[in-house]
Amino acid sequence: MPRAFTPKVITASDLLEGDVIYLTEDDTWSRHLTEAEVIDDEAHAQIRLLDAQSQPDRIVGAYLADVTIGANGPEPAHFREAFRATGPSNYNHGKQELAG
Amino acid sequence: MYRYSDFDAAFVAERNKQFRAQVDRRIAGNLTEDEFKPLRLMNGLYLQLHAYMLRVAIPYGTLRSAQMRQLAYIAEKWDRGYGHFTTRQNIQYNWPKLKDVPDILDALAEVEMHAIQTSGNTIRNVTADHFAGAAADEIADPRPVAELLRQWSTDHPEFQFLPRKFKIAITGSPNDRAVTKAHDIGLRMVEQNGEPGFEVIVGGGLGRTPMIGKVVRDFLPKADLLPYIEAVVSVWNTLGRRDNKYKSRIKITVHENGIENIRELVEARFAELRPGFSGVDQEILRDIEAQFAPPAFTARDTDGFTAFYDNDPVFRSWVDTNITDHKRADHAIVTVSLKKQGDTPGDASADQMRLLADLAEKYGYDELRISHEQNVILPHVPRADLPAVHAALKAYGLATANIGLISDIIACPGMDYCALATARSIPVAQQIATRFDELKLEHDIGALKIKISGCINACGHHHVGHIGILGLDRAGVENYQITLGGDGTETASVGERAGPGFAYDEIVPAIERLIYAYLDVRDSSEETFLETYRRLGMAPFKAALYPEAAEKHAA
Ligand code: HEM
Ligand code: SF4
Repeated sequence: MPRAFTPKVITASDLLEGDVIYLTEDDTWSRHLTEAEVIDDEAHAQIRLLDAQSQPDRIVGAYLADVTIGANGPEPAHFREAFRATGPSNYNHGKQELAG
Repeated sequence: MYRYSDFDAAFVAERNKQFRAQVDRRIAGNLTEDEFKPLRLMNGLYLQLHAYMLRVAIPYGTLRSAQMRQLAYIAEKWDRGYGHFTTRQNIQYNWPKLKDVPDILDALAEVEMHAIQTSGNTIRNVTADHFAGAAADEIADPRPVAELLRQWSTDHPEFQFLPRKFKIAITGSPNDRAVTKAHDIGLRMVEQNGEPGFEVIVGGGLGRTPMIGKVVRDFLPKADLLPYIEAVVSVWNTLGRRDNKYKSRIKITVHENGIENIRELVEARFAELRPGFSGVDQEILRDIEAQFAPPAFTARDTDGFTAFYDNDPVFRSWVDTNITDHKRADHAIVTVSLKKQGDTPGDASADQMRLLADLAEKYGYDELRISHEQNVILPHVPRADLPAVHAALKAYGLATANIGLISDIIACPGMDYCALATARSIPVAQQIATRFDELKLEHDIGALKIKISGCINACGHHHVGHIGILGLDRAGVENYQITLGGDGTETASVGERAGPGFAYDEIVPAIERLIYAYLDVRDSSEETFLETYRRLGMAPFKAALYPEAAEKHAA
């Protein structure tokens, strides 16, 4: 049996701001992980990654990140992605600041 | 202090103009990221976890107050109101926007600063003893030589695409405060029969394969420095491995070829290069030396200082930990701690930077230094003015009396900022500092260096910490490995791994057990942690770190 595919989102850094962004289903970029398109098969993941990488004047360094599915949509599977989705732990800067 | 020549100013202005055009082309979509990345790295611009990061060089750690004020202005205008001082005598801004970076670089150029060669496979910012020009134990001020090396290496055509980055550190004192043995080249000023020269150390480095540098030449006359260094870099440029980035640093070249072979090759290359150096470099050096002439010190009496010292215990404690002897008895070197317990090591707010600039201007002949231990130094303060300086620092949360103590921790940015990190380091530093402050044990523990890195690259120097902490990712959770017995001074050694790592919430209690074990087994309060470790070895510390294992063993 093939291994179950871990759901993924596509994430990158915004070219101008440098902050963390996520690819949505309608091909825009969101600053909120909850709005990201959740991808659950490998072939689609590769196609969406190509879609993302074809926007080099908008984003930098697109890649696939594992997520789990929670009550409000995708949540980071790994602590690195949790920090990217939140901000640094020593100051209330980054995304957590927007969340208020 | 060194001032830019017309050549320096024109060079930096030209580079800034080029970079502005490169940024414009990137934003307009005419450069891909693959094309742009090496260009931005050459100008100190990284892309980190949450934002861009700009790394600004502070050559040999020396700043004038006008430069410090400009750093504060940049922090406020284009960043989040603070800067992070690093172990490489740089300042990093964690939140710049791409379109603002050319303006920031222009603002830096206004005060003769830049971000060139803070990245990439070039000869990096030359670091120097932060007490240079002030220390009582100094043979000569090493900064003119550091500046000569900077001029020689900047944009040197042979050395723009080296196998890897190349870092040089220099000290003018027998007490090595510049970690020279953990650099690609370390230079220690020495004298032989009254003639000044250098002991040249090569092949030190930290990272995934830590190595203590080896002496390649025990006495190099001062006038031979540039051709000799060029010979070292040239031999490595030829032999150094470009096939594997983990084997590319000179430490591996020295390790694989042996120091004897390297010495022979370097001497042969040196013999070829030496005649090409007609002495112009020595003339330039003399000009540079004139610019580093010591300030016109004013003689001051120290009675007021002594009275204060005797009567104010808070002031006394600060003087005892944060003040170092100056070459003049009526002056002192002040180390200002950027490590207030619970704060982020190395961070300074714009207000704090401005205060430091004001103090340097008013009491310190306009000079400031940044140490590789992430603190700020006022190198020349009349002892008579220390009470006023202390009071001013206190008002800005900068009077923490902890230099060289357990809360004076070096921590790299780690997972809170760094794209390469495998775990956090800043909060671990904050928690250790806070915990020992609560226990009121800090001064009792005495001299102790804890250094923390958030991945194997070792930017936090953990290998040379008396206690080193390395944050790793073990199956998706943060895990911290402890090393013991590291030392970054003239008695350099690489720390030894104590055993299995600890989870994030176990690391502070583990350090606490370690410290209690030290307090138990030390000879006297005079014996430092490192001395105790060197006398007794790993056993008592291992038992304290892993009590279950010790019990099992006993059963
Ligand atoms: C945050 C962005 C940073 C990145 C991406 C980064 C990257 C790296 C890498 C890849 C290495 C290993 C180089 C090698 O072994 O060839 C390294 C080494 C080093 N870094 Fe950083 N670093 C960063 C921040 C810092 C900071 C903030 C400091 C100072 C606190 C620092 C100081 C050092 C030092 C001293 C080494 C030397 C280790 C050696 O000798 O190999 N780095 N860095
Ligand atoms: S040691 Fe690792 S985590 Fe820390 S700054 Fe260097 S590269 Fe980043």
